[in-house]
Amino acid sequence: METVTKTSTIKDKLIFEFETSKLFLFGDTKLRDQAMDSFCKQGIPTRKHEEYKYTRVDLMLKGEFDFSTNKNCSDAQIEPLKFLKDAYVVVLENGIFVEGSSNLQNLPQGLTICSLVDAEKSNSPVFEKHYAQYADIKTDPFIALNTAMNKDGVFIHIAKNAIIDKPIHIIHISTAFENTIIHPRNLIVVDENSQAKIIESFETMDSTAKIVNNALTEIVVDKYAIVAHYKIQDEKELGYLVNTTQVIQQKQSVFSTHTFTLSGSLVRNNLTLVLDDEHIESHLNGLYLTAGSQVVDNHTVVDHRKPNCNSNELYKGIIEGKSTATFNGKIFVREDAQKTNAFQSNKNILLSQEGTINTKPQLEIYADDVKCSHGSTTGKLDEAKIFYLRARGIGTINAKKLLMHAFASEVVDTIKIPALREYVEEKISNKFE
Amino acid sequence: MLSIKNLHASIDGKEILKGINLEIRVGEVHAIMGPNGSGKSTLAAVLSGRSEYDVTEGEIIYNDKNLLDLEAEDRAREGVFLAFQYPIEIPGVSNINFLKTAIGEIRAYKGLDPMKAKDFLMMLKEKQKLVEIDKALVSRSINEGFSGGEKKRNEIFQMAMLEPKLSILDETDSGLDIDALRIVANGVNKLKSKDNATIIITHYQRLLDYIIPDFVHVLHNGKIVKSGLKELALELEEKGYDFIKEEEEVEA
Repeated sequence: METVTKTSTIKDKLIFEFETSKLFLFGDTKLRDQAMDSFCKQGIPTRKHEEYKYTRVDLMLKGEFDFSTNKNCSDAQIEPLKFLKDAYVVVLENGIFVEGSSNLQNLPQGLTICSLVDAEKSNSPVFEKHYAQYADIKTDPFIALNTAMNKDGVFIHIAKNAIIDKPIHIIHISTAFENTIIHPRNLIVVDENSQAKIIESFETMDSTAKIVNNALTEIVVDKYAIVAHYKIQDEKELGYLVNTTQVIQQKQSVFSTHTFTLSGSLVRNNLTLVLDDEHIESHLNGLYLTAGSQVVDNHTVVDHRKPNCNSNELYKGIIEGKSTATFNGKIFVREDAQKTNAFQSNKNILLSQEGTINTKPQLEIYADDVKCSHGSTTGKLDEAKIFYLRARGIGTINAKKLLMHAFASEVVDTIKIPALREYVEEKISNKFE
Repeated sequence: MLSIKNLHASIDGKEILKGINLEIRVGEVHAIMGPNGSGKSTLAAVLSGRSEYDVTEGEIIYNDKNLLDLEAEDRAREGVFLAFQYPIEIPGVSNINFLKTAIGEIRAYKGLDPMKAKDFLMMLKEKQKLVEIDKALVSRSINEGFSGGEKKRNEIFQMAMLEPKLSILDETDSGLDIDALRIVANGVNKLKSKDNATIIITHYQRLLDYIIPDFVHVLHNGKIVKSGLKELALELEEKGYDFIKEEEEVEA
């Protein structure tokens, strides 16, 4: 018995956990079996895996793990995490929808928010039509694992023509006393000609052990819909986050995504936008501030499948200490996608000798009448700028801070919700102290 | 106020300044002229505290302090101001935030209380008018997308806000059309007082038609080779720098 525990890998443990718990999980067992099967084939990526070579998720998954999703936090602990005063708030603790802590009274007409389990149980036709249709289990082991093992999450539906004024704030709280892996799963469907602003924040609370959060959100942006999606990742030292965001956009929709990575031992973002019709507009913005021995990895995919669409991507990072940041931005322009405009830019400031930045733009263009560009820069803070500020009486430390704020502001200014922008600005200021 | 004695400075091992001597008293305007490569901008850079330059000999005493012992920011806090020949663009830092930070640090250095927001805004308005700078420029990022003339005007605006004791204008006239030159000169003249001093570094005499210097010095090959009153500038304009070079050769 002892030898078995010693030699069993994390993969074996996940399979064992899956087999013993799958009958208690909601929904279609067939889909879960297929997903687990796919995970088994793909395995945990190692450094030999092209998509994960700079981010050692295999090391993150070393050691003993528990799969409990018990609730630990009190309302008093959760309350400060609700940093937007005027919002519909959804609380997910270890991936489980906590109705009691959420603020979902007086939802406006056209807005449905419930747990994923309830959406499935109530045979919601929207859920049935869209659930697990976009994040492909064959393309990534974490998608497969989430699809097999997720227990809950939030389902948000915005009905046709509805304009939701207040932002919807989903708070992901990770909390654990033993090393844990969780798999929160969200489905957001924004119907034709409707509009919404959605924020996902990631926090750890009341934890004494490492917590690996394999979170997945699918977002459907139907024709003429306008959606802004924000992610604030701030999970501190015990947090390990693999965050998949899979977006499908329909005709003439506008989708913007803004990813702020402020802390976390390891953060891997897999963000994919599929532009599946004409005259779509997409904006991808990201800012990562890394320090210590942090690892932050942004993988983005923009898939232009149809003509006349625009995408614009800007990711910026400031790298300190021994931290490692990776940016990989893929843009596909399919044969059909004539008159595509696709732009990408990744800019980095490396503040230390020991820090590492891996940046890799990847454009695959199969259409001939397109405008695409990409650029990537990595440098230090500009000495000429520092001197200019010093020559006016500003000390070196404050001069550097001003320049770091200036560098970050290009991304921060893309936040269109004033209260959220202030929150992020304050977080950034604290990081620069 | 400023006393430069036998100043030698080099960059990357190459000596540029080869023994400068200069005395500036409060209330005076000194013009430093000279051909390209004579060391004019190096002198400005050394005074402002650029670390690329090594001072190998000599001293600079500014208001009883050894200027060379002070960091660039402390020189600024002590009242030394360099109007850059090529002002830097800093996207993302607004002029207002920049000036607020600078004034805050200068006041803290002097042990003064922070300026009240209301007073700062009033000062901003007043100085804006004084140097005739567009309000829209002031609210933008530092020099971002400014024309050459706008950048120079912004330097003079910063000078007005920081109220320095010793201002060094490094080729502030270069690239300015005559209208912009008049506005910039006007600003400098308004800021001139019996309590401060100005060094104007220039290649051409034209700026000196608008800002009348008390003394003119000619810098050549890292040394001041001739000093005189404002008429010297006119003589230089007429004869060109070659006559200085010739005189030197004769002396040699």
